[in-house]
Amino acid sequence: MQSTAAIRARGVSKTFGDVVALDGVDLDVPAGQIHGLVGPNGAGKTTLLGLLLGLAVADGGTLEILGMPVGRVLGVPGSVAGFVEGPGLYPTLTARQNLAALASLRGTTSGRAAHVDELLDRVGLREVAGEPVRGFSLGMRQRLGLAAALLWEPRLLVLDEPANGLDPAGKRQVHRVLTDLAEAGATVILSSHRMDDLAALCDEVTLLATGRVVFSGPVRKLAAESGDLDHRLVTSDPEGAREVADGTPSLSRVAGGGSLSRADDDALVVRGPQTALDELVVRLVAAGIAIRELGPVVPLLESAFLALTGADDGVTPDGESAR
Amino acid sequence: MTAIQLEVPPPVRPVALRRSYRFELVKLASQWRLRLVLLACLVAPAVYTAVISRQSSLPADALYGRWMNQSGWAGSLVVLVFVGTIVLPLLTCLVAGDVFAVEDRTGTWRQLLVAVRSPRRIFLSKALAALTVTLALLAALAVSSTAGGLVSIGSHPLPGLDGHVMGTGELTVKVLLAWASVVPPTLAFSAIGLLGSVALGRSPLGLLMPVVLALLLEGVQLMPVPVALRVVLPVHAFTTYRGLLTTPGQLGPLWIGLAVSLAWTALATLLAYRLFVRRDFTNLAHDGSGHRFVVAGLAPLVGLVAVTTVGVGVGTGATGTGIERPELEAALATSFAHLYVLQTDELHRPAVTEEQLHTRARCDKGGDLVDDTGPGADWRCVVTWTLPGATATGTAIYQLEVAADGRYVADGDGPKEVNGFFRINTPTGDAPNPLWQFDGVVDLLDNETKGS
Repeated sequence: MQSTAAIRARGVSKTFGDVVALDGVDLDVPAGQIHGLVGPNGAGKTTLLGLLLGLAVADGGTLEILGMPVGRVLGVPGSVAGFVEGPGLYPTLTARQNLAALASLRGTTSGRAAHVDELLDRVGLREVAGEPVRGFSLGMRQRLGLAAALLWEPRLLVLDEPANGLDPAGKRQVHRVLTDLAEAGATVILSSHRMDDLAALCDEVTLLATGRVVFSGPVRKLAAESGDLDHRLVTSDPEGAREVADGTPSLSRVAGGGSLSRADDDALVVRGPQTALDELVVRLVAAGIAIRELGPVVPLLESAFLALTGADDGVTPDGESAR
Repeated sequence: MTAIQLEVPPPVRPVALRRSYRFELVKLASQWRLRLVLLACLVAPAVYTAVISRQSSLPADALYGRWMNQSGWAGSLVVLVFVGTIVLPLLTCLVAGDVFAVEDRTGTWRQLLVAVRSPRRIFLSKALAALTVTLALLAALAVSSTAGGLVSIGSHPLPGLDGHVMGTGELTVKVLLAWASVVPPTLAFSAIGLLGSVALGRSPLGLLMPVVLALLLEGVQLMPVPVALRVVLPVHAFTTYRGLLTTPGQLGPLWIGLAVSLAWTALATLLAYRLFVRRDFTNLAHDGSGHRFVVAGLAPLVGLVAVTTVGVGVGTGATGTGIERPELEAALATSFAHLYVLQTDELHRPAVTEEQLHTRARCDKGGDLVDDTGPGADWRCVVTWTLPGATATGTAIYQLEVAADGRYVADGDGPKEVNGFFRINTPTGDAPNPLWQFDGVVDLLDNETKGS
């Protein structure tokens, strides 16, 4: 039997006591795709990732992973790997020992050491391979966790917040590893609160809220769900720009003059459809006002997230107040 | 995007047990704490026996402590006393008591489960790895203490707990068997450690469960509880090697200790296994449950104690504390006879045998108003014997301190020429008087002597 779906979930539900973690989740993820999973705290992301890794089984519905029905704990195919809620490493072992010990579990003796070093190199940890993991930063642990998952040569890689604690260089390295994997045909499920990561990496995203799927599809389609966005406008003449904005049809001024931070004293925040923003630009140019910056206050995906999950304005997906 | 055709993957197979077992050993061996403990087990007993054996003040309270400067084997037996009292339960805490909890602390359960794919294999691997390391530590203690004593003092004869002299060959076998006899109770406490580690997670009580239980049971052992209850407690099995040091051996408590230890091991391991495989590993905050430990862990073990107590009581007919006047008199008379022969030999007097002495002992506990039964420091005994060809009967007095576990210390009270002074003048110089103070042991399950 052959299939093109790496994951196929129909009506999957899971409860913990009185708490409904997943409530009739449908999900289709094609093979070779990097798929984002996003949602506020308590949305059911971790539970869903746990089901995908085989750490638990659904109470209801059906789940197929890599074409194989999953009906029992740890019953997922052997080519599923990843981590949820932290990479799970042994602090008393070095980075190399962690990977070597895991590799020995798998029993691939031929070229094991070379393979371990190659993986360490791939995630940028070759230079600290002999250091105990207890001294590693969060970002280094995340990268080592990714290398540990790659030991299993996964066809489905499930990662929970893999970019946590990563510096820009580390993030680029992880992104490259994931895109290489996807290009080689593996499927990557990526849970993250960082919308910029999802936007940069994912072909499609699934948005969960209170255990239900509120959106699943291409990133660009999610962006369209965001409605009118707040835009930050910085010009050469703040006073003039304010008057122009007030006079632009279908555009409202949300804030201006010290509303954002001390550094934003000269910025305006305006809200309206794309056509109104275009009209604003034309009018500012006509008025001889130079536009130094015009962009969404909150990124597109984040705005869509807030709109679809019903979260309050100014609240980021991880529950913290937006600056 | 081009659709990728997927082959249905082969069925999932858990990692082989030997691989996961090796993985657990690697993790245990990487803990600096365990490395230090192994080093201490290798060094400390040897240093202790070597240093103490050369001091004038010896640990006479410990069995064979007063013999440490006479024979290198005594040091090993003294260390065995300490090991059984607290050290082995403590070692099981550090190994078995932590082997599951460490995964909670490091947050590695999910990684391990995804890698091994079988909670059953994980449990077996961890249990076997913990057992391996614990036995390695025990072996280190045995080798170190024996080597320390033999190197420092040498291999010299030592009296058994019935006074008969044991030579190097017999001592080698019996000391080895004595150390082997503490393996089953060590397994029992390891299983308790596994149970605590599984049931209580990161809780300190889970880690310390073997020591807490050992101290609790030691407390029970100090009390004059019925002998049927005493011998079914796993901590008692740490002392049953004493029966090997008499001739004939007091093997009843030894076999019961072995059976009881294995029963505790099996039940506690089974309970730990059931709790483990039913655990919800998606719950990161899992930290065990005291209620669940009491219901699913402690209650069945209490039930095991009750069942085995009744079984031993019915099977052996043992009642009371097991310390009765007839068997104490028999044990004391036997020891005295053996040690009198030893003293005679050291003094180069005409040879005499135990049979020729016709030794008897009469004991009384606390005067007429107190029943002659049970442990206590108020036992007073009069030993009589007859030398071949002599018409007079020799008499010696002993004050006995009898412990609830059957061990007694006989303290000579005269006459001075026999047992009233700690040294004797031999033709080759002064030597310790074997009849002045000596250790003995009462067979708590000896019903034949009781009935005689």
